[in-house]
Amino acid sequence: MNVPRPGGGEIVALSFLLAFLLSAIPLPGWLDHFQPDWVVMVLIYWCMALPHRIGIGVGWLVGLLLDVARGALLGQHALALAVVAYLTLQAYRRIRVVPPWQQTFSILIFLLIKQFLVFWISGVIGYPPRDWWYLAPALGGIAMWPLLFVILRDTRRYFQIS
Amino acid sequence: MFTVNPTATLRLGLWVILSIAIMTVDHRYRYLDGVRDVLSTAIYPLQYLARLPNDVRTWLAKNLVGRDVLLEENARLHEKQIFLNAQLQKLITLEAENRRLRSLLESAVNTPEPVLLAELLAVDFDPYRHHILLNRGRRHSVYEGEPVLDQHGIVGQIIRVDPFTSTAILITDPNHALPIQIDRTGVRTLALGTGNFQELELPHIPNNEDVKVGDLLVTSGLGGRFPRGYPVAKVVKVEFDPGSPFAHIVARPLAALDRIREVMLLENKTDMPKSSAPAMVEPSTPPHSP
Repeated sequence: MNVPRPGGGEIVALSFLLAFLLSAIPLPGWLDHFQPDWVVMVLIYWCMALPHRIGIGVGWLVGLLLDVARGALLGQHALALAVVAYLTLQAYRRIRVVPPWQQTFSILIFLLIKQFLVFWISGVIGYPPRDWWYLAPALGGIAMWPLLFVILRDTRRYFQIS
Repeated sequence: MFTVNPTATLRLGLWVILSIAIMTVDHRYRYLDGVRDVLSTAIYPLQYLARLPNDVRTWLAKNLVGRDVLLEENARLHEKQIFLNAQLQKLITLEAENRRLRSLLESAVNTPEPVLLAELLAVDFDPYRHHILLNRGRRHSVYEGEPVLDQHGIVGQIIRVDPFTSTAILITDPNHALPIQIDRTGVRTLALGTGNFQELELPHIPNNEDVKVGDLLVTSGLGGRFPRGYPVAKVVKVEFDPGSPFAHIVARPLAALDRIREVMLLENKTDMPKSSAPAMVEPSTPPHSP
């Protein structure tokens, strides 16, 4: 009776758009090191909430756009985001049942894997990271995760996207 | 535990292979420039939007100033204008004299190059690559290898041109080398980027060369990419190590590379026919590791 409607695609797209905007805005001073990977976090959320619709392919495409936006090698973020989407799809059943603050542990691991992949590829083409600051966005990311989760969940419920 | 879905793993494998393939193509060849063009045009409105709050703030700060502040600034600029004009008079005679001497020597006459102003788009990049995104692109006839400078000195060069934007590599990028000359002595060498905005390295100067702290480094014009005689950096550290054949020399770029908002693009196409080689190779970039 309650057949899931395939609507809500524009809401998902809009959330990715806002994530792109947020990560392009520079933060003041040292805070900028901790600028969360909004796009990756939004991707993880949608992979968890709509695993039958958002997956590896979407992650890859979003990553490709991220490559263009950051001037990185084409495919660098695409690879990392596809892997993150894959991991989320494998683990979403256990992550989404626990409260947001407990989810941060899993999210931290996903964000760290993403950073490792991106900077590993950078290292391969001759731009190795010079210090440990490149892991800071993952910390900034988990600090914002509960808030992001609640906002996106309420948005999804309001628009009844499933 | 993990309920591994075999088709998902297979799909991940395919996407990963595709990523590696396009990364290789993008890194080694230039076939994907068209794809990047299309995507970057699609994403340009986003970058514009992200810059908007900052632009609004600057606009407000510019427009909401008191009359006395404006008057004061006007007076200061007027004073500076007079001062600069006085200096310019001297320069005009010098330039005429220089041109006369050069024509006597039958060498090429330096003509001033046309300049295009560009603004930095406030976009975050990979912090270990010193690349900046500018708001001028192919539509404004920016070309690959075009020198970029600000009012103090050389900033870098364009390495990628998209329809509305372009990417420039800074002289402090670890993969950039700039042909320079020490202004005082005329010694030619290369200034290598270090990944630090405040430092350039001059690794090929022998221990017995005459270099002092405070020496001005200018572009030598060799390599044909940068015009000759533009200021680049000042030597801040000279260490002679008797054990090594070369001195350890560090220079600080004159352009405030980490704080620039506006840059100038210098059209310098006249010297050399545009080569089809990629931009990075030209000023003796170290070869990419495989």
